[in-house]
Amino acid sequence: MRLAVIGAGAVGRSVVELAGEHGHEVVAVADSSSAVVSDGTDGSGGAVGVDADAVVARKAERGIVGDDDPADALAADYDALVEATPTTLGDAEPGFSHVRTALERDRHVVLANKGPVAERYGDLRALAADSAGDVRFEATVGGAIPAVSTVEDIEPSHVTAVRGVLNGTANFILTRMAAEGLDYDHVLSEAQDLGVAEADPSFDVDGTDAALKCVILANVLSFGAADDPADAREFTLADASVEGIRDVPGSVLRLAAEDGRTVRLIGEATGETVRVAPRLVHENGTLAVSGTQNIVQIETTHAGRLNISGRGAGGPETASAVLGDVGRLG
Amino acid sequence: MPDGLRAFRGGGRVSDTRDGAPEEAADAADPAADGGHDPAPSTHTVRLELVDEPGQLLAALQPIANNGGNLLSIYHERGNKTPRGRIPVEVDFEATTERFEGIVEALREEGITVMQAGTERYAEEITLVLFGHLIDTDLSDTLSRIEASASASVADVSLAAPQGTEEVSSARLRLEARSGETSEAIAAVREVAEEKELRVVAPLAGVEA
Repeated sequence: MRLAVIGAGAVGRSVVELAGEHGHEVVAVADSSSAVVSDGTDGSGGAVGVDADAVVARKAERGIVGDDDPADALAADYDALVEATPTTLGDAEPGFSHVRTALERDRHVVLANKGPVAERYGDLRALAADSAGDVRFEATVGGAIPAVSTVEDIEPSHVTAVRGVLNGTANFILTRMAAEGLDYDHVLSEAQDLGVAEADPSFDVDGTDAALKCVILANVLSFGAADDPADAREFTLADASVEGIRDVPGSVLRLAAEDGRTVRLIGEATGETVRVAPRLVHENGTLAVSGTQNIVQIETTHAGRLNISGRGAGGPETASAVLGDVGRLG
Repeated sequence: MPDGLRAFRGGGRVSDTRDGAPEEAADAADPAADGGHDPAPSTHTVRLELVDEPGQLLAALQPIANNGGNLLSIYHERGNKTPRGRIPVEVDFEATTERFEGIVEALREEGITVMQAGTERYAEEITLVLFGHLIDTDLSDTLSRIEASASASVADVSLAAPQGTEEVSSARLRLEARSGETSEAIAAVREVAEEKELRVVAPLAGVEA
């Protein structure tokens, strides 16, 4: 499949690098200010993509991916658009417009950007309904973990709830606080030194990132279980009850540990509610994953409880989910 | 330390899990028994008020044992006083419904105050942690209000106030909730917490996490 990759952060770059291994070809790459578009042929009729190594090198050295205009990448001759620009809230722009452009051209879209799926799921479904292209977004929830496709396989109407640890940064901080008896601020600076937490960690530690993932799952459950999409309840971040870990004192983890428990930032989604909050879990329980690990627990009507754990973030990990989606496109 | 806290910490649980009487075991083996007068023993909880004098606890337990009750646990809230200056004691025991009525009658005949008598009043245990300005917002009152919710009883409290009583502190609460009322019990805690701007780290309800 011919891919246009919009967004040249860790995920976008990894998609460009790994697409060939999955049998796909990248014909265009864009970041916010530049683009590179392949002319599509090797002179004898065979298709040729952009040079992945050159794109990555230019991005590292000069901060641009090529000498073309970003609009050229959106207009390129691709089969699927990979939207991997940073997540934005509210109108989810510019990601949403990129998705619209591709769907209106009857092309497929694979999202790594959570904004359009969390904030404008109804609009997205409506655009997809009028398009010959499909929309997939496995990479938006739990990185490498196949959360969305597992829910789809079981069928949303047979899934009663999805919960889990969906933010590696918050989980790393809680794990270290419990293991070392340290306070939040101390562990946060350690996480920032290690590159596990960003300079502004709000998105992760306030629970927003985990909430967006749960909102996406709630949309999958709600729209997937409805006979008519018009009857489905649409969720956005505003519908989520969100508590973060910023204020959790070390003494909470100590009291929990005395009783064989620990604290994890748990997100829960059903077709009716979305909640993210620090919760007590058993210290050696399934949900008490360590460090930056994530886990998704799916509660089903007929198949019991499924647990899938793994890496919830990272360029190659998330790119694997993106390329898995590309493989599912018909 | 506030009175309320000492009161709960002063409590201690004494367990006595003797074998059931032989005739009760035989009763329990009859699954076809009519539900209305089920002869199978079930768990009962009575809440008593004892005068603070030696021998009172034993005097209260004898009518239970003598009338076919199988003692399971005794929660003696030493240090906590009821408004009438007495000591509250909670006793769990197994007995058939008929015998249970006889036991309550026998306790009253002995002059013991039975505050509450019910079947399986607290069947589910919930552990949660509260944090925030627990002491400034009157922890004793917080606990009393959770108790007053009727869905739960506070069985145990552990407080951690590493930065002193005026800073943020944490408390682990073990609640005993009525069977099937775990969510209501947690909701009651959330309601009090919200009003006092405390945070609740709740367990995942219904999930063996």
